[in-house]
Amino acid sequence: MVSSFKPRKRKPGAGRKPNSVPTQAIRLPAPLVHHLLDLKKRGELESFYPGKMGKIFAGTAGVSLRIPLFESRVQAGFPSPGDDYSEGTLDLNDYLIPHKATTFFVRVTGESMTGAGIFPGDMLIVDRSLNPSDGKVVIAVLNGEMTVKRLKNNKDSLLLCSENDRYPDIKVTPEDEFSTWGVVTNVIHSLS
Amino acid sequence: MTRMFALVDCNAFFVSCERVFQPHLEKKPVIVLSSNDGCAISRSNEAKALGIFMGAPLCKIKDIVIKHNVYTFSPNFSLYADMSARVMETLKVFSQQLEVYSIDEAFLDLSSIPRHELMAYGSHIKKVIKKWTGIPVSVGIGPTKTLAKVANHLAKKHPTGCYTLITPEKTATILKDFPLQDVWGVGAQWSKKLSSLGMSSALDLAQKDTRWVGKAFNVILSRTALELRGVSCLNLEELISPKKSMISSRSFGTPIYSFEDLREAVSYHVSSLAQKLRQQGSKTSLITVSLRTNPFDRKGSFYSNTLLVPLSFPVSDTSVLIKAAASALEILFREGLSYKKVGVTVLNLSPETQRPSFLFNEMNFETSPKRESLLKAVDQLNDKHGKGSLIFASEGLIKSWKSKSSWKSPSFTQNWSQLMRVG
Repeated sequence: MVSSFKPRKRKPGAGRKPNSVPTQAIRLPAPLVHHLLDLKKRGELESFYPGKMGKIFAGTAGVSLRIPLFESRVQAGFPSPGDDYSEGTLDLNDYLIPHKATTFFVRVTGESMTGAGIFPGDMLIVDRSLNPSDGKVVIAVLNGEMTVKRLKNNKDSLLLCSENDRYPDIKVTPEDEFSTWGVVTNVIHSLS
Repeated sequence: MTRMFALVDCNAFFVSCERVFQPHLEKKPVIVLSSNDGCAISRSNEAKALGIFMGAPLCKIKDIVIKHNVYTFSPNFSLYADMSARVMETLKVFSQQLEVYSIDEAFLDLSSIPRHELMAYGSHIKKVIKKWTGIPVSVGIGPTKTLAKVANHLAKKHPTGCYTLITPEKTATILKDFPLQDVWGVGAQWSKKLSSLGMSSALDLAQKDTRWVGKAFNVILSRTALELRGVSCLNLEELISPKKSMISSRSFGTPIYSFEDLREAVSYHVSSLAQKLRQQGSKTSLITVSLRTNPFDRKGSFYSNTLLVPLSFPVSDTSVLIKAAASALEILFREGLSYKKVGVTVLNLSPETQRPSFLFNEMNFETSPKRESLLKAVDQLNDKHGKGSLIFASEGLIKSWKSKSSWKSPSFTQNWSQLMRVG
């Protein structure tokens, strides 16, 4: 048998009334519940609603609102007042290494880049995924030798520039075997 | 919609890893040896051209190595593993569906890429992997995993390093000249049997009735035949299932005579296996110890033996496993022989969470939560301070039995003091 099932039409105004502000269920210690309901009945919770003006109390002396003290155990020591503001800790990796898979560390041995703040013994953070464009400090491979230099990429010439007067710039000629290994993003220079 | 797969395979992977950090090796003959500096397991094209074949023992190719100044390296497996992870991570840029097939190969699902763009996409993958990681790769693309493998074979010889087998016509002409034994999943044994039945090329297998192949061989080969025809039967296996067994074995740098040295070596293997067990969250209930003398040593007599030790309940506790393995070694050991190799295998692996109950109370100290947290602490310390920082005393401190690795490159990406140096 085939029953003809007709969905009932929703009557206008049926069902639960929508709340004027978003609501959230919370869990309370049982003894607190009737106090809260009490406050609600007296309309004193209304003042917390955003956009509603608080109730004005007359400054009658001698009347005080009693706040119950509860026997609920603190789970793990004294709560830190900063808890609500915690935004996690800072991780240097997030700051220095956006591309983990393509980032390498390199130790500096030469003095040709001291003007750029790169000294012997420093550690360079090198990202291979970045584009070695004009003006970038790069790790270059020139005829099988690795070197750190600033790249000057003009229309008709390619220069590997030192930042130390005692070291001349190197002009890359078509006969040279040349490639860029990666782009230097940061220098880690220890002060001790 | 037809599917499309790419197989990305790193060229001479171990050699390429060495070259990333030592660019002067570019265009020179380079080989990487197996552990203990035994055989060539990775060769640059220049080394292949000199006639150094895959698996060539060093002693046999010594003359070529010296004459042609072949750069020879002991394996640096932790470096290769790190570079592999970088390549795989970068590949995820190109397809979220990826199967890491081995340390230097991965399958990618490229079904969503328009057909006419596949060649350009493959070349792009190759270019980006080379630039971002320094590793050269070959890319083969086809409508099934088996055809992607075939395409990859051809990509290796193609100047662009990328090859596609998309149209059935092109595939048929290629398969006609493609040797059966190079087809993924066929191998030397089956190709012999197939050629005795009159099949010599991959096309012959593709055109056979698959029901006949299934009957004459098995379902695996009939699936291969279908895949060669362009019908995708094998899916990407994106999840790595936990291992069912694990082995740790190594031949010694110099032969070993004493029981104490052997026990140290066994303890070392057990302890590294136990750590791996805990890492993947498994326990073992069957451990085997095997040892042998050098089969090529004509003077001494040859002895090789294996013993299985069943455990009464699954464990991953190093000291329990060491005790079991040492007791096996006592039975296996013969005085007066020069031992060349010892190995330990753990079998019957079960998940840690699966705890069998016992009729009698066997929950003694080995399975107590206290032990577990102790071992956890050991693992954490070794993770933080490097493998071997905290060891079980029975492993010994000197490790005179450790394998030779005379020409190992620095740990460029694992050790602060061994970073690549730049002037």
